Order: sequence, then structure tokens, then C-alpha cells
Amino acid sequence: MSETLESVAVKIEVNGDPRTITVEPRTTLLDALREQLALTGTKKGCDRGECGACTVHVDGRRILSCMTLAAMQAGKRITTIEGLERDGKLHPLQAAFIEHDGFQCGFCTSGQIMSAVAMLAEAKAGWPSAATADVRRPFTVADLTGPEIRERMSGNLCRCACYPNIVDGIAEVASG
Amino acid sequence: MHPFTLSRADDPARAIAAHAHDPQLAFIAGGTDLLGLIKDRAAHPTHLLDINGLPDMARIDALPDGGLHIGALARMSDVAANMEVRRRFPVIAEALLFAASGQLRNMASMGGNIMQRTRCPYFRDDDDPACNKRRPGSGCSALHGLNRNQAIFGWSDACVATHPSDVAVALSALDATVLVRGRGGQRSIAFADFHRLPGRTPERDTVLDRGDLIVAIEVPASAEARGSHYLKVRDRQSYEFALVSAAAAVATDGRRIRSARLAMGGVAHKPWRLAAAETALRGLSLDDNDALRAAITRSFDDARPLAHNAFKIELAQRAALRALQAAGARA
Repeated sequence: MSETLESVAVKIEVNGDPRTITVEPRTTLLDALREQLALTGTKKGCDRGECGACTVHVDGRRILSCMTLAAMQAGKRITTIEGLERDGKLHPLQAAFIEHDGFQCGFCTSGQIMSAVAMLAEAKAGWPSAATADVRRPFTVADLTGPEIRERMSGNLCRCACYPNIVDGIAEVASG
Repeated sequence: MHPFTLSRADDPARAIAAHAHDPQLAFIAGGTDLLGLIKDRAAHPTHLLDINGLPDMARIDALPDGGLHIGALARMSDVAANMEVRRRFPVIAEALLFAASGQLRNMASMGGNIMQRTRCPYFRDDDDPACNKRRPGSGCSALHGLNRNQAIFGWSDACVATHPSDVAVALSALDATVLVRGRGGQRSIAFADFHRLPGRTPERDTVLDRGDLIVAIEVPASAEARGSHYLKVRDRQSYEFALVSAAAAVATDGRRIRSARLAMGGVAHKPWRLAAAETALRGLSLDDNDALRAAITRSFDDARPLAHNAFKIELAQRAALRALQAAGARA
């Protein structure tokens, strides 16, 4: 098998800025963000799509960047944890994580916050979850209970077990 | 991951021809199973063909006769959130919501979901243990190994793996069809025929050939679809594959079952339809648990447990009963 690795130039938008990355086809979006763009806020926890630490947004949707090929993101709008603040002001969810002590080691935190931001958008869009009593009925963000938040965030693991505080932080922003 | 080349398909006919021509070429849609298989060294394509740009393959629509058309490139999230699906085929929405995580559901395509490969830990082990799916002829480590999560129906001594998809169980219960385009043109495969039993060739999960592209999944209208429910039993509360699962759908006259559909997940190499149970359930009252349970048991004559999964027989029967009751409450 040939060892030639043909790199390709890929034009993406990252945190509002147009960027061009040069990647091998096998390069994950996670590695491209961290290694080429020096956006190290996104973490590599398992590299297998199982922990959620690598969660970023592509076109506003939460996805796992370790299971995404960078070369398939041409023309997409990527948002990382670095892109949440506005003019030095923290996103409400970032502020809530601090307020509610939602992290210890911090390794899962970027992924938790990115996942939570998008999760709230999903709830506002009326998406049900496995915790929803009756999926046949419409869902609104007012229906976001603790169990709903936990279920919707179940793709983000925290080995420090900050879950109760994470849920509190998310619940505060959801109700605000 | 090993090096591979990547290109983007813009035309289905060319995509099919490329796939037929090159056995080392793999389609990639969401990539959530394929990239994992590559990382586990269970798949070694040298070329990936990005099919996300193929036209008209992502829509979710009602069919004129009341059925449902789901494009192969529709994402799990979008199908699960769709009000048509939730109201008229709730078992499909629920099966999707109980699968994976929010992030994965946003990435994963419906076509890729039914193509996903087993989670048997020996198959997924990059240390390459004996596994007839990884390396035909190398043996089955799970047969006499750690097989708590493996099959109780339809297994062979070449492979005892289960199919991990949740929505496949719902699609099986509702007699969906898989629309495939291939070298010979378009064809429709009954869902019951789509996935194989392992037999002596467990390296083949489905009946698809090289050059086959799933374009859509269609679910016919049925009297039972509205009164349906998916129940998933697992060790953890969320974000885990099933120990057993049940997709149930019933049409009733008051509390009496007119007709029922029951399919189980986590018990075989493909979703397992409980045909004998379905026949026995006709005419029974949803209030008669003993009779319902006896009817369900009819489909368990050919259950064959492995050393570590005999509990699945009782668990599956209870799950089927509970799913049936929940479906009945909606009918």
C-alpha cells in the first residue's frame, strides 16, 4: 500500500473567521483544530466517540470532532469553546459553570459547555429525548426537568463526577 | 488511523460504479461507525467516498398511502424530532432517541445506522483476537469466552454476535423496506431479509453487494404503527447498547388485541421478530398478563443461551410484555 499521504487544503469558518487548513484525509477535525489552529480548548478524551470531551458545533449542531474528518468540513461553520465569548464577556453557560462549580479538573468542561449550549437550542426547537414521557406530544424548553437535562447530556462523561453541579448550571440558564 | 484517500460523490451512478469497481472503497456518510471501525482496525478501506452531497437522499416525508419515506442520509436526530414520525410511528422516534448520544444522533445517518456492525468486544478489539468477522476462519472468541452481551437466537459456532441498532428493531417490527440502488438498478429489500444470520459466513452482515447504495427506508402504513413503543434494557441508564430491547406495535378493539407486532433487539445477529408470539397474541386482552406472557413464550422455543447470557431469555420476555403494555396504552 502506498505511503503517500496527499494533503488537501480545506476552507472552513472557525469562530467567525475564515480559515484554511491543510490536512491529510485521515486527519480528524479534533486534531486539525488543536494542532493546526492551536485551538486547544477542545480536548481529546477517548478519541473514540465515547466521552464527549471533543464536542464542538458544526453549523450550529453539536458533534464529536474526534469522529469527524476535517477534510469533509469544507464550507462549514465551526464553533469551538474559544468562540463562545463575546467581546470578553462569557457566554451565560460559561458563567453558570463557574457560578455552580461545574468542574474540577476541567478536562471535560469544554465539551460539556459546547454540548449544553447546543442541547438548549435543540430543546428550544422542540426536540424530545429518551426521558420525555410521551414523544407524540410537542416539547418545549419549559419541559426541561433534571432528568431531561441528564439524558440530553448523557454523551458527556465527567470522571470527577461534577454532574449535579453541571445540571444545576444548565437548568439555571434554561429557565433564564 | 491508516492513510486513505477521500473524494466526494456528486452523482449516484458514479458512486455505485466506483463502489462496485473497487472493493477497498467505502462510502462515508456520518462516519460514526466507519471511523470507529477504522480506529479499531476492523475496517481497512484505502479510499473513502463522501456521499453526503448526493441529491434527494435526506428527506423525511409521508407517503401517499400513509407510510413514511426516510432518506438514507437523513440524520437520526432529524427523524426522531419529526412530528409525523413521533405521532404516527412513535416506536421509530423512541428507538432513535434511546440510541447513542445527542452528538452522535446529529452526525449519524439512517442508512449508516442499519449498516452498523456488532459491538462484540472481540470484533472491536484492535489487538485482533480470533474473530470470524475480523478475519474469516480465525474462530469465534465469544462462543466460549465473555458472551454476556451476545445472542440467544440464530447464532452459529462461527459467530454469536448481536446487531446493535435500536431503530432496526423498530423497522423490523413495522415491516419496513430498504430501497437500494445498485449495478442492476433500484430494488426494494424487505427489512426481514436485509440483515443476515451468521451461518458459516459471519463476515457478511447484510445481503448488500458491492455497488449497492441505500437510498431510503420506507415504512408502510399499518393499523399498529400509532400504538407502538420501544423499550430498551441496559446496565446503565443511558448511552449504552441494549442488553435486550423490544419494539411493540398493536391495533386494538378497546383492551383486546386485534393484531400485534413484536421485534427484539440485543438477542441475535439481526432484529428478531416474534412471529409465533404475534399470532398467539391475537384476540388476547391487554389486561391478562398471564395469557400475554404465555403467548410471548411461544417465540422462545428456539432460544439457545450461551454460558453467560441465559438471563436474556427471561429478561427478553419481560421486556416484550412491558413494551406490549405500553404500546397498548397508545393504541
